[in-house]
Amino acid sequence: MKKFINKIDDIVTEVIEGLVLANPEILSNIPDSKVITRKSINKNKVALISGGGSGHEPAHAGFVGTGMLDAAVFGEIFTSPGPDRIYDAIKTVVGKPGGLILVKNYTGDVMNFEIAADMAKDEGINLETVIINDDIALENSTSTTGKRGIIGTIFVHKIAGAAAEAGLNLQEVKRIAQKAIDNIASFGVSLSGCTVPASGKPGLIVPDGEMEVGLGIHGEPGLHREKQKTADESAEIIMQHIDQYLNLKKGDEVGLIVNGLGGTPMMELNILARKAIKILQAKEIKIIKSFVGNYMTAIDMVGFSFSVIKLDAELKKFLKAKVVTTAMVGME
Amino acid sequence: MNYISVIKKILDKLDEHKSLLNDLDQAIGDGDHGTNMVRGFQAVVDDEQNLKDLEPSVLFKKIALILMSKIGGSSGPLIGTFFINLGKTWTGLSQTEIAHAFHAGAMSLQQFGKAELGEKTMVDALNPAVDALSNNVNLPMKAFFEQGYLAAKIGAINTKEMVAKKGRASYLGPRSVGHVDPGAQSIAFIFEALYEVV
Repeated sequence: MKKFINKIDDIVTEVIEGLVLANPEILSNIPDSKVITRKSINKNKVALISGGGSGHEPAHAGFVGTGMLDAAVFGEIFTSPGPDRIYDAIKTVVGKPGGLILVKNYTGDVMNFEIAADMAKDEGINLETVIINDDIALENSTSTTGKRGIIGTIFVHKIAGAAAEAGLNLQEVKRIAQKAIDNIASFGVSLSGCTVPASGKPGLIVPDGEMEVGLGIHGEPGLHREKQKTADESAEIIMQHIDQYLNLKKGDEVGLIVNGLGGTPMMELNILARKAIKILQAKEIKIIKSFVGNYMTAIDMVGFSFSVIKLDAELKKFLKAKVVTTAMVGME
Repeated sequence: MNYISVIKKILDKLDEHKSLLNDLDQAIGDGDHGTNMVRGFQAVVDDEQNLKDLEPSVLFKKIALILMSKIGGSSGPLIGTFFINLGKTWTGLSQTEIAHAFHAGAMSLQQFGKAELGEKTMVDALNPAVDALSNNVNLPMKAFFEQGYLAAKIGAINTKEMVAKKGRASYLGPRSVGHVDPGAQSIAFIFEALYEVV
């Protein structure tokens, strides 16, 4: 394992410190808790809280700011945060209009956010929760924990964040977040596993010439392994899965994320984006907004995922709305 | 009864086998289950001064909150739930009373995690262990805990052939077969520590 770290135990604390020191105009942190909040907290709007294990940077703290999240809660690497930190975040950012908790569908995240929300609700805090499960490599079935929450989460943060920023009430923000979730499909492939610092070795070995198809964001194995394909062939395989799931038709409007998993250079992501966009254009599908970069990573995993959201007028408006965070800026 | 010394024994046992637990987790998850468990129990031991004089019902709740906070993941809330309900039902130190409280703790964990027997989780070691306690309340204390330990150990071994249906390992489907569940193995180590310490 070759990494620029100090002590394994200090990684999360130092990540938080670095983020806040580097972006003091946008971010702040709760002392003695592993939570990043907006620099200036506005308790007169619905607050959005998300988070999960560390190791997915820039998610989730990179999406804290105007038009997106109010707080991001950090767990240890790939480990859901305990309920105490989530509770700290809720208490700090949620005002009278209430708060929406955005949870990726992993057992630990669902449990810890639920415990924290129950603690806060007992004190009369108005909270709602949505569970993000955009990974179409997995079916919703009774024999598993169900579809994972992966990169499509960023669309939900963006759209629900804009709705909250526009002053909509909690039930409306929740409805819009759920509508976004219902219209997202994501799918990933990788050429390597990733090295969790505490274990010191890659969790998954993908031999030369092969690729792992349909995997998540923790270096866990995917659906199956196959012979490595070119960028264009890989993009085609993934787009086919997504197209089939969303049933895209000529004239549809979509948002697209081409997401790096941490170990894939921007050069390759742009090559993949080029093909993804051409595939959509060939079907006469209109791309309202595309994002290419590292948005939700798996430490140093070599791989990428595509995520597509099918938009209606409402989702489109909020996807395009102004945003100021460290990992996503601009628009409109 | 010095409960913190029991927690210390559990910590030692988990720490001794930390690499094994991480390796088991690496096979079906991300490889840090041992590290997380040790971090949690270490935090309890580190807080000894604040905990040592508390009544069991309060003590177990405090332990639960520390474990939930420090272990995180899914193991934290599950083990935390176990300890909270252990505290709620703890009436005394007879075998019958211990078996009753452990049973209540295990049922609450199972309910919260929504896991059934055979789904390759902690439940597959914990439930047989607490059943063994309940069925052996007439044995002397050491033999009573030995029955719990043996049942947990066998329960953990049996997870090797199961397909995971809960938690992150469930994403692997049939590919999860062939590895002992790290959570079940942790439970087996905890019961081993209890057996050794009584």
